[in-house]
Amino acid sequence: MKLINKVLTGVALTAMTATAAQASTLEDVRAAGELKCVVTTGLAGFAAPDANGRWEGFDADFCRAVAAAVLGDGDKVKFVPSTGKTRFTMLNSGEGDILFRNTTETLSRDVDLKLSFLPVNFYDGQGFMVPAALGVTSAMDLDGASVCIQTGTTTELNLADYFRANGMSYEPVPIETNEEGFTNYVAGRCDVYTTDASGLASTRAKFDDPTQHVVLPEIISKEPLGGAVRHGDDQWHDIGKWVVNALINAEEMGVTQANAMNLAANVGKNPGINRLVGSEGSMGAMLGLDAKWAARAVAQGGNYGEIYERNVGPNTPLEIARGLNNLWNNGGVLYAAPIR
Amino acid sequence: MSTPTSNTNPLLRAWYDKETRSVIVQIIAAALILAFFSFIINNAVVNLSNIGKDINFSFLWDNASYDINQHLIEYSSTSSHFRAMIVGLINTLLVAVAGIVLATILGFLLGVMRLSSNWLTQKIAYVYIEYMRNVPVLLHILLLHGLIVSSLPRPKGSYNFGDTFFLNNRGFQMPSPEFQSLFWIVSGFVVGGLAFAWWFSRHAQKVQDTTGKAYPVALINIAAIVLLPLAVYFILGSPIEWDVPALKGFNFKGGMVIRPEFIALWLALSLYTAAFIGEIVRAGIVAIDHGQTEAAQALGISNSRVLKLVVIPQALRVIIPPLTSQYLNLAKNSSLALAIGYMDIVATIGGISLNQTGREMECMLIVMGIYLAISLIISSGMNWYNNRMQLVER
Repeated sequence: MKLINKVLTGVALTAMTATAAQASTLEDVRAAGELKCVVTTGLAGFAAPDANGRWEGFDADFCRAVAAAVLGDGDKVKFVPSTGKTRFTMLNSGEGDILFRNTTETLSRDVDLKLSFLPVNFYDGQGFMVPAALGVTSAMDLDGASVCIQTGTTTELNLADYFRANGMSYEPVPIETNEEGFTNYVAGRCDVYTTDASGLASTRAKFDDPTQHVVLPEIISKEPLGGAVRHGDDQWHDIGKWVVNALINAEEMGVTQANAMNLAANVGKNPGINRLVGSEGSMGAMLGLDAKWAARAVAQGGNYGEIYERNVGPNTPLEIARGLNNLWNNGGVLYAAPIR
Repeated sequence: MSTPTSNTNPLLRAWYDKETRSVIVQIIAAALILAFFSFIINNAVVNLSNIGKDINFSFLWDNASYDINQHLIEYSSTSSHFRAMIVGLINTLLVAVAGIVLATILGFLLGVMRLSSNWLTQKIAYVYIEYMRNVPVLLHILLLHGLIVSSLPRPKGSYNFGDTFFLNNRGFQMPSPEFQSLFWIVSGFVVGGLAFAWWFSRHAQKVQDTTGKAYPVALINIAAIVLLPLAVYFILGSPIEWDVPALKGFNFKGGMVIRPEFIALWLALSLYTAAFIGEIVRAGIVAIDHGQTEAAQALGISNSRVLKLVVIPQALRVIIPPLTSQYLNLAKNSSLALAIGYMDIVATIGGISLNQTGREMECMLIVMGIYLAISLIISSGMNWYNNRMQLVER
């Protein structure tokens, strides 16, 4: 018996040392020389591979900004596509270092799924899209409809709540990816497609004639979308958080993709800009990074406004107005904590 | 001086002994396996606790908060995850059982067709089998689902069968029965008919064994199980009311619906597995020595009785064991339901519940446990049947 106990303890100890010896995420990322970023399997404007296989989009640009800050090169990103269902498991199991996947921050995800959310980078809400030919003008007319929803999302729960609260019935048609939702919607398996308004805009832009489809006026939920990291590595969480804050602050201070590196090269008049681009103070060192982390992040894909306009703004096929996603002093709610 | 030292060393002596050596090797192997699994389990537990998670099944009693389109028992978004799991389990069992029944019927038909002396019949079966079993079943499922959803009309343009049955890309709508109070009398007659049929088959067998007199068993049994209850049903004034579906707004209301996801999954699984069963049946029949048939024919009994009494009972002994593994395959393949959004056990507790609660380990353990149980039940049932069919040696 003693022998068996010894053997078992030995086995357990080896197992524990084998698993417990984990380096910090920052060290892991530096050692690997690349940032593993969990994104969607393809949502035009947010993250989708272009014709050359390069990932493009709002979320993809945030991945690159983090890589630029941490590794010095925004192209050192390995994009890890995930479905709504697999994303958190992939992050928690270490298949990804950080997640930017139009993900809604909720209490249960933050606390129970053991995630740490980065500041909200896109304020969204759930909407409905229907073919214009149906003549539906309000979500309250959707009683009895078949509704396509992506499983494993907050939209699924909002939908159930909304129809229950309004005493309406519906047939849920569960789908895995946006692409599958599009196919089923086009084939008429469902009358309605529901997801975040930004996702609807992205899907609608894919139709040959987008005017054949209308997005209903009701927004039935708050969907603050943001990046996330695993619980338990505060340093890594801080880095992600401040990269997002830096991009928003950069827009506010007029630091752009074009001038970021120039501003970083010499000490300017504006101390706020100096601290951001690293020509003054030691903000980078506090994060465990070098002084020019934020300047590189901005130089990679531009500040928040540039990223927005390039991927989802009014001049893109998605045509999403800045709305809530404007700076606080421009009528929006973006109010990033200062870098000081 | 030349005596080998090995004989004096007890350890080496034990090693050279065949039996002792085999025991030692087995102990080492068992220890390694045990160490491997304890490492894996420990690894999971340690890693989960590292990110602050435990293994806890209490989430099963929380509100599921999501809706399921196909639920054979009462279910709403206020039901618990546990109930969602039961709904999923029933959906899995439904498609597995329906699939096994259809696959068996088609498979036996294909097996016989493959042996037909008619050139066309034989080639049709041959081409069908080769096509079906050489394409992955997932593609069959996706193809069928795509065909149903894209090629059938939308609800407004449904194929209408006498204003009672409707076919469209939301499924096959049909009236649902609402049983009135008098219906239990009819059910009583069905149960009685079944009991009678069971007794009568045994009785007829006994009479035939002793006197050689053969009753028309099948006819009498059908009359007892179907015709008599049917007559009672009409005498009582048809105690079932039918809820007929009607188009209201986006979809049909009332009645019941077989959804495209179920149809696609059921047909794809059945058609695919039937191809394998067809080959198994053919092998089973070919395995029976032709002398058996000739000997039976020499007795002067009809061809159908030669099949029924001589060939099939012997062929079944060859067919049943591989048939069991096909049934298991079908039941497990039903998890591909995920690809088209059929709400089976994987899609409910192993999918949405898993994702909404973040309890990966617990949900996967439940799903694995359930599949294991389903498979073991199928195998033990088939083993029981197999034992009954085995040659009884006297």
